[in-house]
Amino acid sequence: MASEPQGGLTEYITHHLHHNVVSLGDSSFMKLHLDSLVVSFVLGVLFCLWFWLKARKATSGVPSKGQALVELIVEFVDTQVKDTFHGDRRTVTPLALSIFMWVVFLNSMDLLPLDAPSWGVKAVAGAETAHHTFFRWVPTADINTTMGLALAVFFIVLGHGMKAKGALGFGKELMTAPFHADNLVVKIILVPFNFVLNVVEYLSKPVSLAMRLFGNMYGGELVFMLIAGLFASWLSFLPGVLFNTAWAIFHILIILLQAFIFMMLTIVYIATAREHH
Amino acid sequence: MNINLTFLGQMVSFAILVWFTTKFIWPQLNAAIEERQKKVAEGLAAAERAHAELKDADAKVAVEIKQARQQAAEIIEKAQQQANQIVDKARVDAVAEAARLKVAAADEIVSMQQRAREELRGWVGRLAVQGAEKIVQREVDASAHKAMLDQLAAEI
Repeated sequence: MASEPQGGLTEYITHHLHHNVVSLGDSSFMKLHLDSLVVSFVLGVLFCLWFWLKARKATSGVPSKGQALVELIVEFVDTQVKDTFHGDRRTVTPLALSIFMWVVFLNSMDLLPLDAPSWGVKAVAGAETAHHTFFRWVPTADINTTMGLALAVFFIVLGHGMKAKGALGFGKELMTAPFHADNLVVKIILVPFNFVLNVVEYLSKPVSLAMRLFGNMYGGELVFMLIAGLFASWLSFLPGVLFNTAWAIFHILIILLQAFIFMMLTIVYIATAREHH
Repeated sequence: MNINLTFLGQMVSFAILVWFTTKFIWPQLNAAIEERQKKVAEGLAAAERAHAELKDADAKVAVEIKQARQQAAEIIEKAQQQANQIVDKARVDAVAEAARLKVAAADEIVSMQQRAREELRGWVGRLAVQGAEKIVQREVDASAHKAMLDQLAAEI
């Protein structure tokens, strides 16, 4: 690999862009990305355990450092929700908190060394197995994960809209907003335009949510892979380490920012869905 | 998948990242955490202090009320004593006055008796003289018989 860096890098990147796939059927749809699923599940459980333990031992007195950290995060999220969403926050803040923390955890996998999983597999099962084992451990660099998250948010937003206006009111608003008319005939003429516009608006929300997160994390991962190409020779080893570190440090910002944006947009969508036109 | 220098490079840069995080990111987070702890602790201490102060004030108020009550009782007692004294003095005064008046009245009675007696004596003397004049039908020498008449009057 060191003798032909270009071909080696292409192979390297291609390899690292492979998911650990379990096929459930012949079609390309019937496949599971086991790596994304396992990593996101484990990290989700980790988040729940962490916060649950801290919440269980929470005191109203002087908090321990762990409790203070959890309180800081919860308060931060709650403040964001309070500023954007004016209503009953009892279900919205937990949702925003879960999204934020989970996405932060998932994104943070990007900071861990890219080749650590393959090193582990090699150490356990040998180089030959490692060559055929694929494992991408940044779930948010997988469009399936982000799309799943975004769709869940989409349905929650729809639920909020229907709860705030009733199923009928929600349906009526799909037909009559944003173009209003006083005349009944004009109203009926405007129905298809309104409906199409609303459907596009609603569908664009999860798509933009999912694509934004996926794009950022996928791009970040790809840059790590490209930088990894620098490790191919001793000459570029040191710059490689420097670039890798610099990108990782910069990536901390992206990780938090993308998680924050995902959370904020979710809140904004819910707030908009609850708004009457 | 070949494991080569790539992984070494990634490990080194990861180590640097960890160092960077502990050096530059964790302290800030830690400071925020500690500030929060401090704020909570201060708030709790302030509440505790306020509570203690309230208790103190309550105790002080209770003491003061007790003192005021005591003072009021003392004042009332003193006033009662004074009133009693005044009443006693008035009684003594009245008794003394009454006694004085009685003595004066008795004196007057005695002197009036004396006067009446004197007057009566005079009258008796004169009547006796007049009676004697009428009896003897001539003028009696009053001065000559005065001693005799006085003796008569004194005998009455």
